[in-house]
Amino acid sequence: MTDFSPTPDQPAVAQNSLLTQSKRTIKRNSAEARFKAYGIAAIGIGLVMLLVLVTTIFGRGTGAFQQTFITVNVELLESKLDKNGERNIEDIKRVTTFGYAPLIKSAMQTAVADLGIETSLKSKHMAGLLSKNAVAQLRAYVLANPEKIGETIEFRFLAQSRVDGYLKGRVSRDSIENDKNISPEQLDLVDALVAAGVIEKTFNLDFITGADASDQRPEAAGMGVSMLGSFFMMLVVLALALPIGVAASIYLEEFAPKNWITDVIEVNIANLAAVPSIVYGILGLAVFINYMHLPMSAPLVGGLVLTLMTLPTIIISTRAALKAVPPSIRDAALGVGASKMQSVFHHVLPLAAPGILTGTIIGLAQALGETAPLLLIGMVGFIASNAPSTIGEGLLSPNSAMPAQIYEWAKRADPAFYERAWGGIIVLLIFLVTMNTVAVILRRRFERRW
Amino acid sequence: MNTMNMLDKNLDTKTTKIAARDVNVYYGDSHAIKDVNVEIDANTVTAFIGPSGCGKSTFLRCINRMNDTIDVCRVTGDILLDGEDIYDKRVDPVQLRARVGMVFQKPNPFPKSIYDNVAYGPRIHGLSRNKAELDEIVEKSLRRAAIWEEVKDRLHAPGTGLSGGQQQRLCIARAIATEPEVLLMDEPCSALDPIATAQVEELIDELRANYSVVIVTHSMQQAARVSQKTAFFHLGNLVEFGPTGQIFTNPDDPRTESYITGRIG
Repeated sequence: MTDFSPTPDQPAVAQNSLLTQSKRTIKRNSAEARFKAYGIAAIGIGLVMLLVLVTTIFGRGTGAFQQTFITVNVELLESKLDKNGERNIEDIKRVTTFGYAPLIKSAMQTAVADLGIETSLKSKHMAGLLSKNAVAQLRAYVLANPEKIGETIEFRFLAQSRVDGYLKGRVSRDSIENDKNISPEQLDLVDALVAAGVIEKTFNLDFITGADASDQRPEAAGMGVSMLGSFFMMLVVLALALPIGVAASIYLEEFAPKNWITDVIEVNIANLAAVPSIVYGILGLAVFINYMHLPMSAPLVGGLVLTLMTLPTIIISTRAALKAVPPSIRDAALGVGASKMQSVFHHVLPLAAPGILTGTIIGLAQALGETAPLLLIGMVGFIASNAPSTIGEGLLSPNSAMPAQIYEWAKRADPAFYERAWGGIIVLLIFLVTMNTVAVILRRRFERRW
Repeated sequence: MNTMNMLDKNLDTKTTKIAARDVNVYYGDSHAIKDVNVEIDANTVTAFIGPSGCGKSTFLRCINRMNDTIDVCRVTGDILLDGEDIYDKRVDPVQLRARVGMVFQKPNPFPKSIYDNVAYGPRIHGLSRNKAELDEIVEKSLRRAAIWEEVKDRLHAPGTGLSGGQQQRLCIARAIATEPEVLLMDEPCSALDPIATAQVEELIDELRANYSVVIVTHSMQQAARVSQKTAFFHLGNLVEFGPTGQIFTNPDDPRTESYITGRIG
């Protein structure tokens, strides 16, 4: 029906009723219908891919927000923790985490015995259900509350990652055949403890607020400190890229003479926007670290590199926003005797503000998700620092960034880290979606001035 | 300045406000205005007529140096405002534009309130000491632009929400709020309907009492109705300049006659 072509003896346009479609009309209409179908198909494919992406991310990542905890009563034996009994904090500090291990072993043994669970496991293997972090947690508590020595306190310890994985279905009895971290007997004990309510899986705030942890303790690793790293970098990017970018765009768009120099600058800015981000990374390594001797791995350096990377984006979008302001507004301002600067700042800039804001936020979001340049300035790697206490410290002390933290987790061997990488992606995506939403809202609000 | 005024007084009772001497304008390589000499009187409406692209708008924009904003535009010759060359290096175009106001072809109110539109010029030039004085200037300007009665109850409504004719009168109010000496109007009625056009024309006639008005128009009826002097431009040349009545009834140049009777343009 659709692919009949006009024959030579038939006129192309039929000279008859409007109620019947001529062959050319049919052809045109079917071409239009085909094009619409292609468009719908393209959007459909896009939506399906988005759906697959989102379901994969959430399916694999939500586990990271839950963690398995074991609740036990630990007797803080004075004989182990403070032999002199003087509660001298220096003496108590002398006891290392190794000194706390026996307390946990006996606590687990008591707990299992109290619940009447039959097991052939030694106390060492019972304590093996707990995270290696447990001793550190216990010691930190005692150092903070030395007066509690001698009492029996209820603690909520992280379970080790195999136990966590067992409860989340990641670890099964088949998969641990060659795993020396856990044995089937231990899993039997886990089943019994879950039934008794000692082991439970709950929401884990530490994943969002905590620091990274070493290879042996994936259950303790969190995004929090790298989130702060990203925050400090964004602070640097916002403080530098926005004023520099907007000032450069206003000058180029409104004041600069149009000659070959500005043409060259314009072409270069357009090209810089397309430069791979790793190039900015190596530039940052060479200039900021090797030449200027700024500290390695510092969010300040990361922020400077990302500023360089974001500037072209901000300049291009700001110039587009300025260009979109009708020239009649500039004429009107100049016509009543405003100076060039007054016409720009009183009339052009307020009208361009929504576009500038959107461009800036999108540039920031792009910088927030950037990993490659951070690889080169040392912001990737095991950085389990504590949260910085001041802005200066936050800018200068070594830190990671959210995407770098995700990359770091994804390349570690333990599958528990893999889950955390997906969880990290969820956190990052929430930030990006929030920023883009803010951009849309700000745009709407500023445009609805009238 | 004095010698020039005396010379003019011999010819005419009115004083010359703007005098152009051998003005040439180039846009890059194209020669847009060729050796134009014209004298525009104070308290007179002068109309520039001519076919599209003849350079009348270009010449108008030379009078308040709006062409400075176009990079490729180059102006030679002298334009004297009260005997002072406005293209002198020492002249700040911003100061000049405060004395030579402009109304554009398309109504272009700022996307601000009606009040702020009118108050903007007085504010940046410091023409008022306090709010009461500013209110007075705004009211006076809106009254003179014959739009006060229509907008007095919604001064803080957006200027862009007015109708086309009202917007153009608002732009005129904005232009006269800074008390210019000369008002340049570039086809101010081309976007307006006949009723709004009539209102604007009436207004132009009233403004003549205080200002020199220069108006570019495509409508010969309009030129005949509002102006006392008419200049006919053709292909960048000032073909003929004289009293409006003479230009329309008894032109010297055959090109003027052809244009007015509709044979060219």
